[in-house]
Amino acid sequence: MDELSRILIQALGQLVAPATAAYALAAIGLNLHFGYTGLLNIGQAGFMLMGAYGFAIATVEGAPFWLAFLVAAGAGALLALLLGIPTLKLRGDYLAIVTISAAEIIRFAGRSTLWADYTGGASGLAGSAYKGPFQELSPLPDGRTTIGPLEYLNNGSDSWWTRIFAWSVVLVAVLVVWLITRSPWGRVLKGIREDEDAVRALGKNVFAYKMQALVLGGVAGSLAGLLFVLPISVAPDNMGRTLTFFVWTVMLLGGAATLFGPVLGSMLFFFVYMLLRTGMRAGLADVMPAQNVEHLAGLMVGVALMCIVIFRPQGILGNKKELAFDVR
Amino acid sequence: MTADRPIASAARRILAVGVAALAAATASAAMLAAPAAASTTDVATNCTPDGSTACVSPVVLDSDNDPLPGIDVTIAGQGFEEVVTSTDGPVSVAVPEVGTYTLTIDQDTLPEGTTANATERQVTAQLGSTARGAFRIGEGVAPEDGGGATDEPTEPADDGATGGADAGGAGEDPGIGAEGSTQNASGWPAFSQVWQQFGSGIRFGLLLALASVGLSLIYGTTGISAFSHGEQVTLGALLGFISVNWWGLPVPLAVVVTIVICAATGWVQDMVLWGPLRKRGTPVMQLMIVTIGLSMALQYVIQMFIGGRSQRVLPNNARPLEIAGITLSTASWISMAVAVVVILAMAWFLTQTRIGQATRAVSDNAALAAATGINPDRIVRIVWIMSTGLAGLSGMLLAISFGSFTWTLGMILLLLMFASVTLGGMGTAFGALAGSIVIGIVVEMSTLIPGMPSSLRYASGLLILILVLLIRPQGLLGRAVRVG
Repeated sequence: MDELSRILIQALGQLVAPATAAYALAAIGLNLHFGYTGLLNIGQAGFMLMGAYGFAIATVEGAPFWLAFLVAAGAGALLALLLGIPTLKLRGDYLAIVTISAAEIIRFAGRSTLWADYTGGASGLAGSAYKGPFQELSPLPDGRTTIGPLEYLNNGSDSWWTRIFAWSVVLVAVLVVWLITRSPWGRVLKGIREDEDAVRALGKNVFAYKMQALVLGGVAGSLAGLLFVLPISVAPDNMGRTLTFFVWTVMLLGGAATLFGPVLGSMLFFFVYMLLRTGMRAGLADVMPAQNVEHLAGLMVGVALMCIVIFRPQGILGNKKELAFDVR
Repeated sequence: MTADRPIASAARRILAVGVAALAAATASAAMLAAPAAASTTDVATNCTPDGSTACVSPVVLDSDNDPLPGIDVTIAGQGFEEVVTSTDGPVSVAVPEVGTYTLTIDQDTLPEGTTANATERQVTAQLGSTARGAFRIGEGVAPEDGGGATDEPTEPADDGATGGADAGGAGEDPGIGAEGSTQNASGWPAFSQVWQQFGSGIRFGLLLALASVGLSLIYGTTGISAFSHGEQVTLGALLGFISVNWWGLPVPLAVVVTIVICAATGWVQDMVLWGPLRKRGTPVMQLMIVTIGLSMALQYVIQMFIGGRSQRVLPNNARPLEIAGITLSTASWISMAVAVVVILAMAWFLTQTRIGQATRAVSDNAALAAATGINPDRIVRIVWIMSTGLAGLSGMLLAISFGSFTWTLGMILLLLMFASVTLGGMGTAFGALAGSIVIGIVVEMSTLIPGMPSSLRYASGLLILILVLLIRPQGLLGRAVRVG
């Protein structure tokens, strides 16, 4: 029973964890790309890496928090522009190919020795190098706070302050997405998703709209990268292709083209994922080593992603009629 | 219905011919490989010292103290002799007895214009430890006099100095170590190096082509950019590793087994996944996300077998063989020969056989092909089987040629495959072949640029991809289609 409650509390902790917020924000960005505009971005981890490096390096170089925040956002926007220019006039899968490639190359560039003075090479940047300015902003008094079964420090890396900040950013992002998708601009995006040619026939500049969506979603992705590294460190190998695939799973689970889908998807995904892993680690301790439990859990995520797409492409909150799911 | 018959029987006949051709190719490879296997002693080059094992490890460093791959070092003593080729990481062999061993560096394998600071090192092997003998290779470093070669102190087994670097670098070089990617310490490379890298590029291109032709065919016939194709390549490497090292199969048989199992995964996938989804009329976009899920699932299955470790398919050391001034391992040359034969067989299949022509017809215009009596479902199934089989072959040959592989092998290759397929023109099989060769050469040659870290050589693939999309999005052999 003790074991069970420990596992449950660990899983509950995932509901408010900063990483869950980071995934939610990344999925919100991806939702702008895929859910609303129909852009197939398979390199969201690349945007997150840009944001993480942008924020960390700017802080290390002495920038205040707000400036580092803007640098992170700018890094994502820059990447979106670079990837969008050659691909957005072409068929949808070219964007997919270029983004998945670019994400890998950014990771390689980050871990290569060439810029190791800035990026720290393969070992990345230690959290203590860039967390200072953010943690000094905390208005909370020192000490620990317990809410329900969850107990964390008020300040520090894995703290209430990090959680409050991360979820505030997510909240703002949800608000922004709500405002822009119900505007005429948002309706054009959905039009592009449904029928690009029809929108073009109405005299809209489809390329510009797609680019704006790509940049906005990319900025959300890079800020998600910032949130992702706030409680830990910048480790390029943690932000590879698997991260992208998890973000996709999160978004499709909650429901593409829905406002709260990414947030719900992220919370649910990590609750179940943690439950599954800790449960299997405890239950299968005699059968397989802990390392293999991680792999088995990853395998299940992959299969789950396939099943979601095949059997319930609209996710939990989505409307099957709205999401035609076929983009050129 | 009646029109379908001849094609069906033709399909069987062609598949039989294809299998026979593959078997012939691998059999000839076997004849070449057999003497190679016989003449080298069977010594694993990743020795872990323990209470009953003593290891000897040659360390070859360049002037910047970075490991220098591709240098042969002979380890001799106590009636034991073994040639070890240095790699990017630590290499060690288990020696049968404790005692003094002499490490001799093979001057012929040094890069042009460089010398070693010593030709011989003497080390003392002890149980439970790795005795290291270090050579420093530099431009014009005067050799020390050989007689007074210093004894590198033996280090205890739990010393993490080099082991740690190995573990930390598990993902560093994605299972693709380039042999002979050496560089002058100063400035631009000599012609011999350019030529050597060109040869490596051809090798890489040919092996890459095996995988990317399949990717292109899948795209052509189904419209899917299969993101799981990279993992299919890794699967081939993994099965090669398992069949040689766990099941103890001879290499040629292992190749056949690998191809058959990989092709079977394609068949099963089409049976349970792609076929039913096609019948449901699932949009391509959705199928592409399914391939993402499949890729993730396969990736973790592969990791379950080999974890994060780097594995060697062939336990033997690579024996260098020089042809036309290009030095590659003998296994690499054989792999290239196999790749050429298989590619020629593919070309013959696609142009000369009915089923191959039908494949290209479906690729061109599925509706029109169906109207002429071709069964697109059958063609697509054959394409999946063929593509996954070829990807498996490609993975195994790549792992053999490059010495070792990790689970990230396919991840990198996927990028390069997409670059090749886009460069050649999506959906065209021969475009994918041409694109692969170009990408292979560019990737290998890009390591010659001074100051370019080898981990970034794959960036040239992305660069080409973006340039192609900007200048000629339909690719070299593709047909321009208005898309927006």
